[in-house]
This record gives sequence, C-alpha cells and structure tokens, in this order.
Amino acid sequence: MFSVLTDRQWLWLAAGCYLAGFLRGAWSVMRGERPSSGVTYGIVAAGYVLQYVGLYLRGRADGGCPLGNTFEMLQFVAWSAITLYLVVGVTFRSSLLGYFTSGLGAFLTLASLSIRSWDQTRRVHIFGANPWIELHAALALFSYGVFGLLALTSVLFLLRNYSLKAKHLDGWFSFLPSIVDLDHIGLRLLGTGVALLSASLAVGTVYWLRDTATVNKVTLLITVGVWAAYAATLALRLGGRLLSKRFAWTCLALFAAALISLGPVDASRHPTLAASREAAR
Amino acid sequence: MSGPGFFLVGATHHTAPLEVRERLALDSEAEAALGLELSGLRELREFAMLSTCNRVEFYGVGADDGAAARVQAAFCARQRFDPVEFEKFRLRLHGRDAVQHLLEVSSGLDSQMLGETEIFGQVKAAYAAAQARGAAGPLLNRIFQKAFQAAKHVRSHTAITAGQVSVSNVAVDLAQNIFGNLAHARVLMVGAGEIGEKTARAFQSRGALALTVSSRSSERAMELAGKLGGSALPFDQREARLAEFDVVVCSTAAPHAVLSLAAAEAAMRRRPTRPLFFIDLALPRDVEPAVADLENVFRYDLDDLARIADRNRASRESEIARCRALLAARTDVLWRQVEPLLAHRTANPAAGISGCPV
Repeated sequence: MFSVLTDRQWLWLAAGCYLAGFLRGAWSVMRGERPSSGVTYGIVAAGYVLQYVGLYLRGRADGGCPLGNTFEMLQFVAWSAITLYLVVGVTFRSSLLGYFTSGLGAFLTLASLSIRSWDQTRRVHIFGANPWIELHAALALFSYGVFGLLALTSVLFLLRNYSLKAKHLDGWFSFLPSIVDLDHIGLRLLGTGVALLSASLAVGTVYWLRDTATVNKVTLLITVGVWAAYAATLALRLGGRLLSKRFAWTCLALFAAALISLGPVDASRHPTLAASREAAR
Repeated sequence: MSGPGFFLVGATHHTAPLEVRERLALDSEAEAALGLELSGLRELREFAMLSTCNRVEFYGVGADDGAAARVQAAFCARQRFDPVEFEKFRLRLHGRDAVQHLLEVSSGLDSQMLGETEIFGQVKAAYAAAQARGAAGPLLNRIFQKAFQAAKHVRSHTAITAGQVSVSNVAVDLAQNIFGNLAHARVLMVGAGEIGEKTARAFQSRGALALTVSSRSSERAMELAGKLGGSALPFDQREARLAEFDVVVCSTAAPHAVLSLAAAEAAMRRRPTRPLFFIDLALPRDVEPAVADLENVFRYDLDDLARIADRNRASRESEIARCRALLAARTDVLWRQVEPLLAHRTANPAAGISGCPV
C-alpha cells in the first residue's frame, strides 16, 4: 500500500508538512496573530505520519531501525523530536512550541534530504542480529530528539526573558508561554533526555562488556561525553547552580555539539556491510 | 421618525455625562417594574433592556412608528426624568443601524474602555431577562444570537481585546507572563493605598490566593489584609522575608526606596530557581532600579506600566475600523434575513408580547 511512493518521497512529503506548519506559523506571527495550536498540531501530526511511513519503508528494507547513515540519523532525530512535541505540545498548549518544532522538523528533514551525499551509501544490518544494540542506538537517537525539543524550549525561554527584561511585550512576544512554564518544560525534557540516554548507555554497556572487541572507541567517547555533559547540566540545574539564561544557553550549545557529533559517530562506525542504496534494495 | 420595525432608544456614555447616567440607571426593582409596564404596550412586539453603568438601552420591535417614543416616555416617567431634558441625551436608531449598534455594543466596540469583554456578559444577561419575561420573540432571538456570534468572531479575529489597558491589569498580565498560573504565586503588597488595593484585587480576580500586606501603618495593613482575605506583615520585616514572595507590589508614599538591591540579592540567593517580580507603583520609586539587572528578577515601574497600557490602547484603537467593517458585513447579512420577517411581525396585530414564542 505504501509502495506507491519511495521512502524518500514519503519523507519529502513529511518535510513539506513541517515546512508548511512553520510557514503558516510565521505568516500568523508576522500578521500579529497567534498561530492556531490546533491547526499547527494537525499539520505537524500529518507530517509525523508521513515521516513514519517513510522511515518504516527504510526500516523494512534494512531489516532494522533505519540508522545507517547521516541522512537516516537526522531523520530519526527529527522524528523523535516531533514524537515528543505531539505529547508535550498538547500538555502545554503552546502554539509557538508547535511553530518552532515544525521549524526544527523542516530544517532537519529538508537538510538531510537536500544533501544527497548523506544518503549515497548506507550501512545495512548494522546491528547484526542483536536487538539490544539496535535498542541502544534507537534510544540514544531518540534522546537527541528530546534534546532538540529542549533546545527549542531554551530559545523560547531566552526570547521570553529578553522580552520581559527589555519590556518589549507586544507583537509575537505576547504569544510566548510564561517564563516559569518554559523553565518547567525545559527541566522535564532534560530529565527525560538524560533518562533515555542513560538507558541507552546501560543497554550498550551490557552488550559491550560481553564483547569488548566490538567497542567503537570514538562512538563510545562521544556518547559518554554527550551523556556526561547533559547529566552534569541536570545536576547543576537541580542544585540551583545553573539557572535561567545560563541554563538555556547551555542546553542550546549542548544540542549543537550533540548534532555535530553525529558526523564523527557515523564516520567511525565499521559497517558489516557497506552498500549503495540501490544495492541495498 | 421612521416607520415600524426594529429600534433602539436609550442613552450611553457617548451621549450623556456620568451625572445624567446616574439618574437614568435602572436598579433591578425599577427594571422589573418597567419590564412589566412595557409588556403591556400593544404596539411593542418584542423588547429587551440593557442597563449598565455606561448605558441604558431599549431594543424593541414596534408595530408602528410610535413604539420607540412610548418606550422612551415610559422610561422617563419611571425614572422621573424630564422627557424634554432626555431628548438632549438620547440615542435613537432604527432598522439596520440599530442592529449594527447592538453588534458593536456586544463586541465592546462601543464601550468606554474599548474592547472590554464584560459588556458581552451584560448583553447576554439582558437577553436572558427578556426571554424570562417572554419579551424576546423570533426577531430579537435571531438578532441577539447573531450579535453574540459576531462579538465572538470579532474578539477572536482581531486584536480589539488584546492587551490590558489599565495599569493594575497590565501588572497582573506581566505577572502571568512570568509565573503563568497565579494560583500558586505569593503576592506581597508594600503600601496599603488605593492603587495597591486596586492591583491586589486585580491579582485576586485572576486567581492569586496568597496575598500579604505590609505598610508603614500596621493598622492600615491589617485593615486591607482583612478586606482582601490575606495576612499582614510587619513593615520592618519586608526585606528580611522578601524571599517568601514571588510578586512584590510597591505603592508607598515613602520619600526613598523601601526595598534595596542588597535585599533583592539576598532573597534571590535563598530562592534562585524562582523569579522575583517587582511592580513599583510608587512615586518616588520604592524599589532600587538596579534590582532589574539581577538574573531572574524583573522590575516594572509606573512609567513602564503606563507605556504598555497606552500601547495596548492604541493597538485596540487601530483595530476599530477593521472591527466595524467585519460587523458591517455581518449586519448586512443579518438585516437581509431579518427585514422580511420584521415586515410580517409588525404587520400582524395579534402577535403581542404575550404571544411571543421564546
């Protein structure tokens, strides 16, 4: 049923939805109107379903989670962030969070689709027959999606803080959630992301301890580094030592670093089977 | 004078000064008695009375061109108001203009505080009262229902209700921008004057529960705390216990600052994760301006609040033309539906108020 389109075509459609959600929000904001939460949510949800279909087709072809190259990893991070938004967005009823999330989704999916070299080759069966290491990778990338949403929340926090300090409260600043609400959302997202990444590392550790020869030191170093940085941020935030603007800037910087680290992680992996995309089919 | 049909007669803040409106205002007893009297008018098919502090208006469907005049005469007699003098203040509209007026009133477009939403509830109450007394028939039903729809449409599609236009409400809006739900926000009022009380009431109206009053006069603090259902704090403890509060509203007449930078710094050290919001309504100012530089601390003074209120007011005023155009389009559609029904209703002598289907 889904094979009327290729996986990339489904993913293009999903990217189109995210872009439409973002542009629609931008249009509303420019006109001084609050972006409709319901409409934004609907557009993002439609994109989410389309992206799910695209990733499902990829995964079916791979026989596992589609995490075989930079393109797939970015798609998965975007999909994870949207998953969280579809839960968090309703809870906090923040139309601007939907607007920003659709922007992040559009950026990640369009960038990954546009740069062909990221999808020229892909490693298939990268997890072998081991479902635990696949779970480890999926959880790790899902946590990146959570951290992406945390970065967006941090942007909203910084904008709200600026608007209150500079006393610019009209226009689209008036659509921002309260500073305390944003702080609570940020803390919960950070806790969720750290929990997921911790679970990913725990699963990975069990696997690696059984077979230390397969440990990829670069991947291990980067993953542990990202986990340690976020865990330290969480500890400092809970201890009241990293607050307000500094907390928001830290979350933004960490996400940028985490995204950049995906490149070396992908490049350092030893494929069990390298193949062109066509060959994989 | 126009012919039979839909009319409005009354006086509003646009046509009558406050001292006249005071004399024209209908209390509930007078309204009930007048309602009964108007129900007996043969030439009045349907009617509704709207009485607020800014207007007293009668919307009616008359069988002849004398209906509005009879309503006006009955009202003047009830209020013991000279009918000749009333002519100087009265507003009388007919047909489509009366319909558009009702739509504008319901939308807050005709209100003294432009865009306020309380009038919507008042118009609804007036309509409900007309229904209860059997004075609202098919025409008023349709016109009022459409007026409510139009008001909701205007509110949600324009910025006519955006932003607060009074200083105390602007302050509460700002607190919501910082804390969101105010139910858990602890508010300290430093100073127990009129503006402080007004602001405290604005906080209460938006959900703030924990109010504490501190004043140089402990009696005055206790009195205001009693009125607000809050508690009093000795004035000399205001700085030492600052960390216990989220919002601090200052309005003393002290000649110097009563809350220092050092006190704010000490408070933030004890509560680093929660913002602290100072609303300084005093002149000279009560809070040292440098507190605004502290992280997670926000400070707004009277000028800041007045500037925001002025901007909101200007923003609402800039929406008037757009709102009128939206309402005019809806009035045209409604009038096209109502006019034929009106001809039938006013031509049917048997259809008195008692026979009105509600």
